[in-house]
Amino acid sequence: MSEFFAMGGYGLYIWPCFIATVIVLGGLALVSWLGWKRQTALFERLQAEPSPAPEGPSSVVSSSASKGV
Amino acid sequence: MKLSGILLPWVSVLCVGLLGVGTYGALFVAPADYQQGEAARIMYVHVPAAWMSLATFVFMAVASALALIFRHPLSDLCAKACAPIGAGFTFLALLTGALWGGPMWGTFWEWDPRLTSQLILLFIYFGYMAIWSTIEDPTRAARVAAVLALVGSIMVPIIHYSVDWWNSLHQGPSVFREGGPSIHPDMLWPLLVMALGYHAFLIAVLLVRMRTEIIRRRVRALQLRRVGGLA
Repeated sequence: MSEFFAMGGYGLYIWPCFIATVIVLGGLALVSWLGWKRQTALFERLQAEPSPAPEGPSSVVSSSASKGV
Repeated sequence: MKLSGILLPWVSVLCVGLLGVGTYGALFVAPADYQQGEAARIMYVHVPAAWMSLATFVFMAVASALALIFRHPLSDLCAKACAPIGAGFTFLALLTGALWGGPMWGTFWEWDPRLTSQLILLFIYFGYMAIWSTIEDPTRAARVAAVLALVGSIMVPIIHYSVDWWNSLHQGPSVFREGGPSIHPDMLWPLLVMALGYHAFLIAVLLVRMRTEIIRRRVRALQLRRVGGLA
């Protein structure tokens, strides 16, 4: 088992490669999915509000939306 | 939107499956290289990332060209959604390349044609994303970004042929070359499965990001209507 993780002495280089791939690809997927959740929630909230929102909250909303992923 | 909703779960499952099988093949099935030993296993994450860094850019440039010519709103969104994914692939190609170069070339980084041109590609991706985040007006941002994507696409042939045109530390192609692949079938199939998995990853994340962009536009339209109603 430890022989497998040693990878003939190259484990120090090989495992970081695989771990970095998992982190970057997984991170991209996660961030994209969270961004979608957030925009969907924002859209539903805006749609649910019956009358035009007062100045304050709507400007807060727009600044947080433009910062989105 | 509807089609993407149907496609997304399938592509996601396909992506996870392909990457799982590919990783298994890469770590357990594929033989060690006769020159590089076990270090050659880095190939299975490095090569697909490098291929995809170029493929994503080509896709982004085509979408940008369509956006400029036909003004279809979806093509802008598609190009915009491509950029962070492509930047991720490019970053991975550089990082895993450095970790491979360390033990094999005796250096993590060299100002070598292939490495340098790949680094420039990463900066172009960053520049493209910076345009979208700094120009407020989406229509203007889309046009400027599309021009950068088209100009930047010059890097794709430069990177691809850099190993032929200049003396490079980097090896030449061993899969897509005249006379067929020069690597062992047991090394080839995990590589190709991984590459397919990376493609599925691009499609899946692209679908999510495009859906996000569509909803973002709707949010913006709602907000503008609100502001218009108040004025």
